Amino acid sequence: MNYPSDLYYTKEHEWIRIEGNVAVIGITEFAQSELGDIVFIEIEDVGTEVARDEVFGTVEAVKTVSELFAPVSGRIAEINDALDASPEAVNEDAYGKGWMIKMEMSDPSEVEGLLSAEDYSEMVG
Amino acid sequence: MTVDSAMKRTPLHSRHVQLGARMMPFAGFDMPVQYSGIIDEHFAVREHAGIFDVSHMGEVEVTGPHAFEFVQNLVSNDAAKLYDGKAMYTVMCTPEGGIVDDLLVYRRSVDSYLLVINASNIESDYAWMVSNNAAKAGLRNVSDGVGLIAVQGPAAMSIVQKITDVPLDDLKFYHFVELPPDTFFGSENAIISATGYTGEPGVEIYCDADATGAVWDALMDAGNDKGLKPAGLGARDTLRLESGFCLYGNDITTGTNPIEAGLGWVTKIDKGDFIGRDALAKVKEAGPDRKLVGFKLTEKGIPRPGYAIVDKAGNEIGTVTSGSQSPLLECGIGLGYVDADSSLLQPGSEIAIRIRKNDVQAVVAKPPFHKEK
Repeated sequence: MNYPSDLYYTKEHEWIRIEGNVAVIGITEFAQSELGDIVFIEIEDVGTEVARDEVFGTVEAVKTVSELFAPVSGRIAEINDALDASPEAVNEDAYGKGWMIKMEMSDPSEVEGLLSAEDYSEMVG
Repeated sequence: MTVDSAMKRTPLHSRHVQLGARMMPFAGFDMPVQYSGIIDEHFAVREHAGIFDVSHMGEVEVTGPHAFEFVQNLVSNDAAKLYDGKAMYTVMCTPEGGIVDDLLVYRRSVDSYLLVINASNIESDYAWMVSNNAAKAGLRNVSDGVGLIAVQGPAAMSIVQKITDVPLDDLKFYHFVELPPDTFFGSENAIISATGYTGEPGVEIYCDADATGAVWDALMDAGNDKGLKPAGLGARDTLRLESGFCLYGNDITTGTNPIEAGLGWVTKIDKGDFIGRDALAKVKEAGPDRKLVGFKLTEKGIPRPGYAIVDKAGNEIGTVTSGSQSPLLECGIGLGYVDADSSLLQPGSEIAIRIRKNDVQAVVAKPPFHKEK
């Protein structure tokens, strides 16, 4: 499976792309494949403050439901509204069209605690 | 991924792996959950055909002059209505009326029946049968030696017809035909049965474990130009739920009785004595405390087992036992028990499902859900 080296990852199977003070967050190729057909994604409202490891949303797949944990602390600045109409984008393009939120980080130093592509790919084997 | 070495495999295991199926432990077996994807497989079955490995299911042979007496005492439905080549759906209950399992009963001849039980219950069901065999029928758990393939969907019959000379047009629902030894892919025993768990036309094919691979390969070839796709346990679950069929362990357990589960139609109090009859007669007389209902969500959300069913004021009136997204209706659907004294049991009643912190609107509806489309 594909784990781009320019992204950070979490044990909860999220990926994070750092763009200045903003973290773009989605779920990994491994996660979408484990979940199967994703039917919809429910995310807290724009403006919500979330602390690291707090739940900021849920992914509903046909077979199962999975929570989304904030990889870093911050404020939800933007939600990928396109996923409302086409949640399957997460299955088809996890690192591109399947992005879920953009978060304004309140403590950018938390990025240091995230996993590298190498660490993550070793973890999921 | 690590596979528990103690996990059982069906005769088709290597084929699933070769097809790239996602495998998952289920009832002690390493089983395919999906191949191309649950939704894709679901539509294949609704529109063309799907082929399922259900070899994990259990089979018990009941034989001898007391076979009928044993079966009639064991199950709630009336085995006297069976004749050679006829099958029936039924449950078997505890003396208290709790459901031990749901099963199919096949009458092969006057002194030979085949009982088909859920994979997760094989050991406990067989022990239950042995301990309730006052009739002294011959009982044999043949689960490990029998393969089972389901072919389901509008094109199923025409696909299966390509691999057998037995005229399937004549095979009516819940009837079966037994193939002469060694006329079907070298299988000593083989049964083609017009039954299934999807709400579509189709068959279930029982054969010797070591012939199952050849049958699967022939069916895959035969369905090649008819849109046949392998389908896993994931699609099996969404298909049965759209049809409103109960799943043992979810909708029916030893803690539920067939009357409240909507299985009164297989509970024949008047047929004579059977295990659980007195208890079930009382439930039927007094009315059950709760009833299994189907429902559809009218807002976005997916019901899951254990979620509360609530009324508009937010009062809990029941519990979800099965739930999923309906691939066909593109909304959440489910089954759940609602208190019998609730005024919200009738189709059309507005209820809600408590999904995490939200009460998501739903409406009571009578399955099958997919026929509405």
